[in-house]
Order: sequence, then C-alpha cells, then structure tokens
Amino acid sequence: MSGEAQSVSKDYAGAKLGMWIFLFSEIVLFGGLFLLYSAYRAKYPADFHHSGQELNIIIGVVNTVLLITSSLTMAVSITALQKGNKTLSLSCLAATIVLGIAFLVNKYFEWRGEIGLGMYPNSPELLNHPDGTKMFFGLYYSMTGLHGIHVFAGIILLSFISYFVYRNRITASDHAKLENAGLYWHLVDVIWIFLLPLFYLAA
Amino acid sequence: MEQTEEHSPIIGYPTLIRVWILLLALTAILVFMSRAFHEALSIWALLTLTPIKAGLVFYYFMHLKYEKPFLKVMVLITLGVLIIFIGLTFFDIFDR
Repeated sequence: MSGEAQSVSKDYAGAKLGMWIFLFSEIVLFGGLFLLYSAYRAKYPADFHHSGQELNIIIGVVNTVLLITSSLTMAVSITALQKGNKTLSLSCLAATIVLGIAFLVNKYFEWRGEIGLGMYPNSPELLNHPDGTKMFFGLYYSMTGLHGIHVFAGIILLSFISYFVYRNRITASDHAKLENAGLYWHLVDVIWIFLLPLFYLAA
Repeated sequence: MEQTEEHSPIIGYPTLIRVWILLLALTAILVFMSRAFHEALSIWALLTLTPIKAGLVFYYFMHLKYEKPFLKVMVLITLGVLIIFIGLTFFDIFDR
C-alpha cells in the first residue's frame, strides 16, 4: 500500500437506497399484520367494532400528535444540519427522542389500564369474550407492541446519531446516517398513522 | 478516489411546518368524522385520509418528492405488491 492519504468514498445514493430497501421489508412486515387485521375484521365485524370502543381514543390521538410532531422535529433536524446549524439540529434530535419517550410512556399507561381490566391475551377475563374480541386484542398487543419496539429502537438509534452529530462525525457535507435514521423514524410514524384508525377510530 | 456524493435538496422550514399543520388537521378531521358521522362515511374518511397522511410523510418528510423516478417506482411496486396480496386474500375470504 502506498503512503499517500486514503480518501474515503461515500456512496450517498447507495446508502439511501439500502435504507429504503430495509424500509420496504418493514412495510411488508407490518403489511402482513394489517392483512391479518383486515381478514379477521371481515370475519368478526361486530366483535372488532365493540372491542375498539374499549380502547382509550384520547391516548391514541395524543400519541398520534406526539409522533407526527416528532416527525417534524426529525425533518427540521436534517434541514438544520444541511444548513450548517448544528445546535438546532441537535436540539431537534433531542426533541424527537423526548417525544418518542413520551409516546412509550403513554403506551405504558394505556397497556397498564387494559391489562388492569384483565384484557390481555389468554387472560381469564378475555377467555370469556367472543372469538372476535380475543383476535382483536391479540392483534392489538402484537401490532402496537411490535410498533413500540420500533419506537424504542428508533430512540436508541437517534441517541447514537445525536452523539455522532455532536462529535462532528455527521456533518452538513456527510449526513447520510442522519437522513437514513430520519427515514426510519418517519416510517415508524407512518405505521402509527395506520394503526390509529384501525384500532381506535373504526369503532 | 472520486467522491460520488449527491445530496438531496434542502427542504425549507416553512414547508415542513405546513406539512405538519396539514397532518394535524387531517388527524382532527379523521377523529371528528369517526365520532360524528354515519359509519360508512367514517370508513371512507379512514380509507382516504389515512393514505393521504402517509403520502404527505413519504413525500415531504421522507423527501420522496425530490427522489429519482427509480426510487418512486420501487416504492410504488412495494405498495402495489401489498395491495395485490390484500386484494387476493379478500377474494379468498369472500368466496368461502
């Protein structure tokens, strides 16, 4: 190897395409669950309708506002870094993380309320309900649980990204990592945009 | 080695804030429709407004508007495959 300085090639388009391909797999993963939901809703329309009324619509809507706002702060963070405003970018990343945590805290209280009422998979209370209600709550916990895991993963990811921005390892001229993390966070938001009407509004 | 970086355009703060307000407004309409109106109407609101909200996030927040046609087509193929699978499943369900 020669002694000359190594220059690093950054394939920005490739990095983003790779992220999108990962997002496609996520779309298909959640799409499968949406398919299950639709099929069972078609089979047990009345049970799904009544089960949805047991959920707390206020928590559902508050969580939607939190995630939509976190998407805004994420997008602003990218624009800010592109414009060279590192402080605003870091502040918006911190806001995104806080909004994500607030979402999970809400989710915790929501699940705690429902579990407190005995509405959890295989509970003695739920076993007394019709099959459609069992399916509804099974899907509710699986889908919002899997989504919650994604929010948690997003918070961890954004924490690392914030550190990289802070240490100038992500900069205005090299911000593919920040943009890809943003793509992931926005997809998590999109999935929730679909979960809200399925579980909370169609009741 | 040659730099192959090409960055997406910078989306201004006003555009992002307008999209955010639109998303909140659509959510409010969605919630209102689901509570206040006839069930069939509220289901149509869910089926139309929800994809519009998702589209706004894809188009502006995820910068899809500014991407090359190649990526846009890939997104459409993914969503198309999903819709075909959902459609085929419903043919099966309703023909039983």
